[in-house]
Amino acid sequence: MSKILGLTGDGAVAYAVKQCNVDVVAAYPITPQTLIVEEFSEYVHNGEVHTEFVCVESEHSAMSACVGASLTGARVFTATASQGLALMHEILYIASSLRCPIVMGVVNRTLSAPINIHCDHSDMMGSRDCGWIQIYVENAQEAYDWVLQAFRIAEDPDVLLPVTVNLDAFILSHSLEGVKVLDDAEVEKFVSTRKPVLRVDPDKPITVGALCLTDFFFETKRQHVEAMNNSPKTISRVNNEFAELTGRRYDFIETFGMDDAEAAIICLGSTAGTAKAVAKSMRSKGKKVGVIKPWVYRPFPAEQIVEAIENLKALAVLDRACSIGAPYGPLCSDIIATLYREGIKLGVFNVIYGLGGRDMTPFNIETVFNETLEVAKTGVVKEPLKFVGVRE
Amino acid sequence: MVRLKDLPTEELFTSGHRLCAGCGAGIIARMTMKALRGPTVVVNATGCMEVASTIYPYTAWKVAWVHVAFENAAAVASGIESAYKAMAKRGAWDKKVDIIAFGGDGGTFDIGIQAISGALERGHDFLYICYDNEAYMNTGIQRSGATPHGAATTTSPAGTKIPGKPEFKKDFIGICAAHGIEYAATASPAYWNDYITKVRKGLEVEGPAVIHVFSPCPLGMRHDSAKSIELARLAVQTRYWPVYEVEKGKYKLNIKVPKPKPIEEFLKIQGRFRHLFQPQFKHVIDELQQYVDENWKRITELCGEA
Repeated sequence: MSKILGLTGDGAVAYAVKQCNVDVVAAYPITPQTLIVEEFSEYVHNGEVHTEFVCVESEHSAMSACVGASLTGARVFTATASQGLALMHEILYIASSLRCPIVMGVVNRTLSAPINIHCDHSDMMGSRDCGWIQIYVENAQEAYDWVLQAFRIAEDPDVLLPVTVNLDAFILSHSLEGVKVLDDAEVEKFVSTRKPVLRVDPDKPITVGALCLTDFFFETKRQHVEAMNNSPKTISRVNNEFAELTGRRYDFIETFGMDDAEAAIICLGSTAGTAKAVAKSMRSKGKKVGVIKPWVYRPFPAEQIVEAIENLKALAVLDRACSIGAPYGPLCSDIIATLYREGIKLGVFNVIYGLGGRDMTPFNIETVFNETLEVAKTGVVKEPLKFVGVRE
Repeated sequence: MVRLKDLPTEELFTSGHRLCAGCGAGIIARMTMKALRGPTVVVNATGCMEVASTIYPYTAWKVAWVHVAFENAAAVASGIESAYKAMAKRGAWDKKVDIIAFGGDGGTFDIGIQAISGALERGHDFLYICYDNEAYMNTGIQRSGATPHGAATTTSPAGTKIPGKPEFKKDFIGICAAHGIEYAATASPAYWNDYITKVRKGLEVEGPAVIHVFSPCPLGMRHDSAKSIELARLAVQTRYWPVYEVEKGKYKLNIKVPKPKPIEEFLKIQGRFRHLFQPQFKHVIDELQQYVDENWKRITELCGEA
């Protein structure tokens, strides 16, 4: 039986981790992730979990301790944001390359300078190519649900890759929502305990992290790619089982109004909620607009996106991160590459928005929709990359 | 003190590794393995010992061995220790595991010191061993916080104006002992029974323990590879490398050196100090002798010997 709790996004993540029989949490405080580790510390200090909570002295050590713990066969979680993720960067690659299932909550916050504690996706996008599975959520409910699923995905013997669950700073991390939570017993049945394939065990000694030179390194990377390529099967299976358990269906992407939409917005995270609300209101006035929200960003759901845009005439790709000097932001680069590969001709433009926590208002979204409708009508993209919500 | 006949004949750090002839790191790894008391995991920071012992698909280690990165051996050890503890709590693990983390002086004195300090403060049950060859020997002999005054390295060369490294060495064991850990010690591979006894002692301590061991490096210190142990002995006999331990905060001198040899004895068999024997840089040798004398006085006072 599920019940509804009032939880912040961070609280929802902490609550999910509490229910997942996690062996080791190694984390360092950083705004706005801090609530996750604070709330989890209470579970530890009140004896509600068996977890060893390692309060490390930096995020670099947080991820290093997580790698060590994961290699022993333990279930492992950490959380971070912004500069913390950047400090982990080196070890993120090692975690995925050593095939360590670790689940990490990333509370997306911009990177300095200037220092700013608010939301954008530049932290995760800066580590985009670290070889982790990357999930973005729209609200606290999705944060809770995806954390439960993330352990199943990460620890699946066909995958064995770490997973980030990304939630927008403050907009989600510090906002209280009603979150439907499962009973502990139901979660325990769903996530079970980790069953390691290979582990650091003194009785069966193995060497982990050997020096791999020109004769073997490339093959290990190729296998890493293959693990990522294998993950969609597992992700789908876990999504299905989760839907059976909860009635809440997740997928690689969520679509809204896409059956007949001529113009659409694609975006990650909480902005998709605003976009859906605006689309709903515009559709009631006869405007054929839709929204695509990738839940899974890595592996990139190209197939599902192509399917969703079958009848589309124009697409605005919203990036809450800049790739300075590149033709487009990170999500748009992926979209353009996908469209080109599939030979799809579509009016596409890139909107960079919300950097450093600047609000993306319904008015902003409506403006973008109207511009997308204009592109759908004329077939002409006047501005391939534009900034919305900035004073120029 | 352990006796030779007490040591196991089994080699857990095996031949076939690609460390240089006369390398201290290999000797130290082998001796360390002789001190094990049960199931053990070795965590190795990036460095000579790591790269030369595990060139894929080969390994010289017959114990469970993990390398993650350069600066984080202590943090990785923290994670491993915590994981076994947590799995034991839920009945999924029943072995008592000893964890040894190895780091060179670069991975210890410089880039790894934060992770070490954190792990010592948190009190993880592990033994950290710094094999100190006094520079980034694996990377190509660059100076570190452990490089002694006057030594020539590729980033503190013997120039015409600046004769080697101007600065002095950090007091690593002092830093560790200041964390209030139960056991910290220095050692030299020339005194094998002292070293092996200390490794066992470090493993037996509940909580963190640290050993700082001198590691000769024929390539970087530029000495005859047949004289590594002789050099490691001279380091002690010149009082350059005081061998002592700090147990529950109490300092104890393990090897007394009543008639020290002059520092030149230690310096002259190493190419990294050759430039100091030119007349214009003779003062650097005096400075080194002064450092050795003052450091010895400080340590022996702490040990209640002076």
